Amino acid sequence: MFEVFSFGSSGWGDEMLMGALMTVLVSASSLLLGILIGIIFAACKLSNIFILKIIANTYTTIIRGIPELLVIYLLFFGGSGAVMYIAKIFGYDGYIELNAFTIGTIAVGAISGAYSTEVIRGAVNSVHKGQFEAGKTLGLSGYGLYGRVIFPQVARIALPGIGNVWQITLKDTALISVTGLVEIMRQSRIAAGSTHEPFIFYTAAIILYLVITRLSNILFDKAEDTYSKGFISKGAL
Amino acid sequence: MRFELMYESFFKIIEGIPLTLQVVSISTVLGLALAIIVALMRISGRKSMSIPAYYFVYLIRGTPLLLQLYFVYYGLGQFSFIRESILWPILKEPYWCGIITLTISTGAYSSEIIRGGILSVSKNFIEASGALGLNKIKTFLLITLPITVRQALPAYGNELILMVKASSLISIITLMEITGIARTIISKTYAPVEIFLVAGSIYLIINFIIVLAVGLAERKLGTVKAN
Repeated sequence: MFEVFSFGSSGWGDEMLMGALMTVLVSASSLLLGILIGIIFAACKLSNIFILKIIANTYTTIIRGIPELLVIYLLFFGGSGAVMYIAKIFGYDGYIELNAFTIGTIAVGAISGAYSTEVIRGAVNSVHKGQFEAGKTLGLSGYGLYGRVIFPQVARIALPGIGNVWQITLKDTALISVTGLVEIMRQSRIAAGSTHEPFIFYTAAIILYLVITRLSNILFDKAEDTYSKGFISKGAL
Repeated sequence: MRFELMYESFFKIIEGIPLTLQVVSISTVLGLALAIIVALMRISGRKSMSIPAYYFVYLIRGTPLLLQLYFVYYGLGQFSFIRESILWPILKEPYWCGIITLTISTGAYSSEIIRGGILSVSKNFIEASGALGLNKIKTFLLITLPITVRQALPAYGNELILMVKASSLISIITLMEITGIARTIISKTYAPVEIFLVAGSIYLIINFIIVLAVGLAERKLGTVKAN
């Protein structure tokens, strides 16, 4: 029964592992893009500028209120068109096609970004006001204040939340299999179709996801411990 | 923007609303029953009950819903003993596979919400009700349950929204609900932005109604919001 998972051309073992690697890669790049989006929109939400607040709130409401699949369809069918439209403004008239990895990263990154926005906003809010005041008293502003004083503290507080966002992001990447990116989901579909053994391959996919989840949980716990050194205990602050 | 197309597709897409709502409500009701059972198993204190419940929740929360859906729809049908069993008329229908998968999924997620709600009931209340001579079942029904409902409601409201969003996945196994119809129109007209706006707004309206309804229920039950 397990010969279907042999490596090389006779089995699907190496293909499934490559699929798992692709899932991890696309999840990681989506998470990073999402954190970047999260920082920008959290800054918008925390700013005093009304229009920025509205934009950020609209973004998080839309992403959290409509199915991920619709967002993926929008970018899958409309992504290349949008890029070509922007390129035309800059004077480039050729045909641009985005690959499935890029579209997947943008789509899942946009979804993940909405959750990261809330996590980062909450983390910034939980930094004590005294830290801002102390920084200002020391004559810091802009990057000095936010980059050197506030950000390290925000990063530490946001870490458990980002860990949750990672889990959501990891599972959301399964949806981009519908656009043709060969990650775990797509690979097990292909293998199931060609061997007529869907049960085995979907079980293998389940195990792969659980292993990735477990390993990343361990990594995040480690990171939390490392960055909480010098603090009384987890959750005490 | 092709407004005429948006106007036309609106009437096509709203035909998918009944299926979305039907699947969501059936799986929510069944899932809630499952969630209560799983939550009670987890806090039962008996290892033979709590360990299977723990792993069930772990398994469902650790894997993508799409994979669970494929597993139920394609994976189970591989075996001849399932195809010959009395369950086959149900399991061969994408409609029921969608409901089964969504039920299991929401059952696992909501069991955690319910467990949190039950654990938030102060021991003093249980002791007080014991002192008043209420037996275990009465204590659960009259004291624990109402407080649990009140505590769990905000989180459960989120779960309902997630269910509406999750129901879009059943379009992948050929069911023509909102997302399924939207996808068909997109591939026919190649107007992703317009159709996205129409279908997205419909989902936002459904979810907005849920938010309002849960908010109303919260106010009626006097849920104390955590700050």
